[in-house]
Amino acid sequence: MLETLALVIQRAVVQGIPLLYGSTGEIITEKSGNLNLGIPGIMYVGGISGVIGAFFYERSTENPSSLLLVLIPLLASILGSGLMALIYSFLTITLRANQNVTGLTLTIFGTGFGNFFGGSMAQLFGEGGSIALTQTSLAFQTSFPFAEKLGSIGTIFFSYGFLAYLAVIIAFISAYVLKKTRVGLQLRAVGENPATADAAGVNVTRYKYAATIIGGAIAGLGGLYFVMDYTSGVWSNGGFGDRGWLAIALVIFALWKPNVSVIGSILFGGLYVIYLFIPDLARSTQELFKMLPYVVTIIVLIVVSMRKKREYQPPEHLGLSYFREER
Amino acid sequence: MRNHAANKREPLFHIVKRDALPLWKSILVRVIAILLALLVCAVVVVFITDLNPLEVYKSMFDGAFGSSRKIWTTMQNTAILLCISLAVTPAFKMRFWNIGAEGQVMVGCLGTAACMILIGDKVPAPLLMVIMVVVSIACGTLWGVLPAIFKAYWNTNESLFTLMMNYVAIQLVSFFCTVWENPKGSATIGMINMNSQAGWFPSLFGQKYLLNILIVLVLTIGMYIYLKYNKHGYEIAVVGESQNTARYVGMNVKKIIIRTMALSGAICGVAGLLLVAGTDHTLTTSSAGGMGFTAIMVSWLAKFNPLLMILTSFLIVFLERGAGEIATDFRLNESIADILTGIILFFIIGCEFFVNYQIIFTKKRKEADSDA
Amino acid sequence: MSETPALELKHISKSFGSVIANHDVSMSVRKGEILSVLGENGSGKTTLMNMIAGIYYPDEGQIFINGSEVVIRSPKDAYEHKIGMIHQHFKLVDVFTATENIVLGLRGNGRLDLKKAAESIQEISGKYGFEIDPNKKIYQMSVSEKQTVEIIKVLYRGADILILDEPTAVLTPQETQKLFSVLRRMRDDGKAIIIITHKLHEVLSLSDRVSVLRKGEHIATVLTSETSESQLTEMMVGKKISLNIERSEPADPVDRLIVKNINCLSRGGVKLLDDVSFTARSGEILGIAGIAGSGQRELLEAIAGLQHIDNGEITYIDPKTGKKENLRDKSPLQIREMGVRLSFVPEDRLGMGLVGNMDIVDNMLLRSYRRGKSIFLEKKQPRTLAEEIIKQLEVVTPGVSTPVRRLSGGNVQKVLVGREIASSPSVLMAAYPVRGLDINSSYLIYKLLNEQKENGVAVIFVGEDLDVLLELCDRIMVIGSGKITGIVDARSATKEEIGLLMTKTESEGGTMYA
Repeated sequence: MLETLALVIQRAVVQGIPLLYGSTGEIITEKSGNLNLGIPGIMYVGGISGVIGAFFYERSTENPSSLLLVLIPLLASILGSGLMALIYSFLTITLRANQNVTGLTLTIFGTGFGNFFGGSMAQLFGEGGSIALTQTSLAFQTSFPFAEKLGSIGTIFFSYGFLAYLAVIIAFISAYVLKKTRVGLQLRAVGENPATADAAGVNVTRYKYAATIIGGAIAGLGGLYFVMDYTSGVWSNGGFGDRGWLAIALVIFALWKPNVSVIGSILFGGLYVIYLFIPDLARSTQELFKMLPYVVTIIVLIVVSMRKKREYQPPEHLGLSYFREER
Repeated sequence: MRNHAANKREPLFHIVKRDALPLWKSILVRVIAILLALLVCAVVVVFITDLNPLEVYKSMFDGAFGSSRKIWTTMQNTAILLCISLAVTPAFKMRFWNIGAEGQVMVGCLGTAACMILIGDKVPAPLLMVIMVVVSIACGTLWGVLPAIFKAYWNTNESLFTLMMNYVAIQLVSFFCTVWENPKGSATIGMINMNSQAGWFPSLFGQKYLLNILIVLVLTIGMYIYLKYNKHGYEIAVVGESQNTARYVGMNVKKIIIRTMALSGAICGVAGLLLVAGTDHTLTTSSAGGMGFTAIMVSWLAKFNPLLMILTSFLIVFLERGAGEIATDFRLNESIADILTGIILFFIIGCEFFVNYQIIFTKKRKEADSDA
Repeated sequence: MSETPALELKHISKSFGSVIANHDVSMSVRKGEILSVLGENGSGKTTLMNMIAGIYYPDEGQIFINGSEVVIRSPKDAYEHKIGMIHQHFKLVDVFTATENIVLGLRGNGRLDLKKAAESIQEISGKYGFEIDPNKKIYQMSVSEKQTVEIIKVLYRGADILILDEPTAVLTPQETQKLFSVLRRMRDDGKAIIIITHKLHEVLSLSDRVSVLRKGEHIATVLTSETSESQLTEMMVGKKISLNIERSEPADPVDRLIVKNINCLSRGGVKLLDDVSFTARSGEILGIAGIAGSGQRELLEAIAGLQHIDNGEITYIDPKTGKKENLRDKSPLQIREMGVRLSFVPEDRLGMGLVGNMDIVDNMLLRSYRRGKSIFLEKKQPRTLAEEIIKQLEVVTPGVSTPVRRLSGGNVQKVLVGREIASSPSVLMAAYPVRGLDINSSYLIYKLLNEQKENGVAVIFVGEDLDVLLELCDRIMVIGSGKITGIVDARSATKEEIGLLMTKTESEGGTMYA
């Protein structure tokens, strides 16, 4: 029984990690007032950029070092998703384009980019078949060696690759920065009321750019985790599914707090896989279970809007662009 | 040289809002943007394929217009995308960010498929058609009205709500796909009523897509008139501009929000009907195929003008089909279409800035002053 | 004088699209001096100051601080030059506490020490006599508390040049006096202070020099000790004008609208309207005077069916049948359908009365679009009406299809008032109908209101200029903190009397500067 529970939690965590990356990234972005609906696309690009990096490194050497096996995909992923976020930032912040339209375009572009290179890279660069990055994946999946000895405790806490722990660490650091530091205060002010932040001497443009790009890079790591750790280095087109949108749902569920997001991601991950652990479910009913995270999010959204508590609302200026000389 | 020191520290340029750009200039800006986008696309394609870009564009053109069958398919795809774009437009005009068209279309598809599967062989064809129309519209309306009610009464964020509703709809479809699976174990439905063709739209003049296209054409003109000349359309515009004004003149804002979203959802339902009964004759979780999102772009690019949407939806479909053709011709993954579409949209989105704002270069002005 | 000014503006110009906000303005302020910038609403005072504070960037001209030219690109630059501006519309983040707002934008340790900041805020508060809870969230604060936060914010940053934009508009006389003594103390401390205002007595009692702006241009700068109220007025309005608003005797006034004991609470539980009762009569202009934000808006909106009231009655008496109609809890549409001819010129013209992005014809449609059984819009009549208004009220516009937001303030108001009068109302409510208007447009509005009065309409006029209220209205009702503090005969009342009534309840509740 305990072992089953440990397994459930482990599966939930593994499912939750990409969502946690995505939602932490999106929270940081939204705190600056940018509703980036391009996050699903960014996560695709984060994944495929890592794959590309790993692909070339694995091909280039006979004896890859495990440090580089990790570092190259990591940097490639950050670069790729950071660039995506830069496109979004330039269009919405500098050119003041509509955020919804820009974000959705970014998602079209990003998923296209991921699926194109994922599907045809091997062919493009002269190797048939699909890509399986076994060595890289092994490096990413390395967990604590003592995990197995600890039984259920080990399964729950120590059985993951380093990216899983990084996700939690990043989430807590983000929560701390947002709540306790000067930078966090100013970032929140930009998202709540950019005119006020501007008048107080905060560089609104710089904060929006920085938050969106850093947020994008963090979200992209979710894609990287998914392909390197969760699917063991095998890219399959469309395999990432709707996780990007689920990450955005998680932002609402967590009430724009990255530390709540940690618990939320595990819960969402649990809801996502719970059907696997309920005996005798019809296959059709399983599909209904997959609806749960979204339904829960809708309920949270409704309850929060009904309670009208100011602290739980989205950033006030979310989705709007800022132009100082507007009048 | 009194200004020299100051010049160095003065910002190079600053940005001001324009009053209004003459029409020809605003069109010129957009044409330039599209040309630039095509240039970038060409560079990308050449980089990937090492092919002559002109050849690539020729192949794109072939993809959309290469044969009469291809032309019909292009027109059919345009019609469906246009239909969904029409659906989201009244909501957008009201500044209600309905990102849930995908889900609203999906439940429309689901409703249609349910009728065809459950009562397809039991009721006479005309009655079946009527029931399908009613059910698909009812389904779409329900999906659209739900977020609207919460928006109207509790100001629940509609973009996030409608977004979530998409996936509830998709999972619902997924559920029924397994319930009605055919053959057993496939988790897919396959062609519905393959033999009896019950609930399939009839061919007009031997063209199976013509009915779809005609329905959408009527809807387009209807929507244009509705928004421009109808009292509801006027109310939508006022609510979109200023809810305060709407209340001040005694409009029932809640009612208008709910009514407009009902319309939005209903037309999405029709799109679902056209997809299942008029096109695919099947139901999958990707029946809407992301068009619910693309439609937002179509509507926005056309500045919410239904007649212009014919053009913008055609542009998008042309790109997608053209890029699909490139993919086949040069044995590339068909996702290249999304990449190219994305690039072109980025440019069009970006160029709006130059229509609405003006960049004033400080230095130029100073020099001009000293000349004077 | 050889002393270099703390701040000097030279030949500053700024325009928004085709509207010129400032043209070739030069002025200066010295250390240890209070300079008043005087001008009517819309004379370009705020735009000018916003350029010093880095909100706008001037099209032309130079700014000097302590004798050297500076470029102020952003509010951050302004702070670096020790310029602090207290805006009329508070620039505060609602979900933040007072402390968080005050330290916002300051450099310092990465980790925020809010406790320490709160201590120094208390210190400043003690020094100048403010009373404030540093941990209170802004959205829970009253207007005067918010202003306190704004002032402390600037002091906290140690600004040397302070700009205050209409700081007394929301204050009681006591609070104003307290503020003035704080400002004087800062002047004695060597700070340069600019105060934007259009209240002459404040100018005379507080400042050392006065700069007058008119229609975006600098008219003159004079020493306060060498000027007089009438000279300043003359510079402000261009030529000496006695108001001379024509006023006829009310012709057989009968009760038209009876408001009885209405109460209205804000969401936070603050009393917006406190047991308000009055009667508006036909053929009479009833003025409403009071400090801005004392409940005027809520009162008019309650009558118009836009504001829910918690209890009380609003009764309308039909001029033809004498039938009484209860307007309470009726929507604007229901009121209209009951046959009550109520017109309302709201304070927020482009945000409520009109749709800025629509043209004049479509704005006429706002009131009439429901007419007729057809599901389609009938545009012929509104077009005729639009053309009539343009002609009769001399609206300056390129045509009937120009979006109204592109018109100037006065023309926007003509369109709005024209439309509201066109429906031949029996009650006409106008909130600050001449705010921001030039003299000619203002007089046109007075004339229109008088015409309505002579036609037997019950006119309710909310104003801010007491001289206008005294010359235009028949009776003046004074409102303070949501309470009616008195109703006086406009023909016999004095300014002082009304001023006293305006501040009657305020003085009991004024705790801001303890």
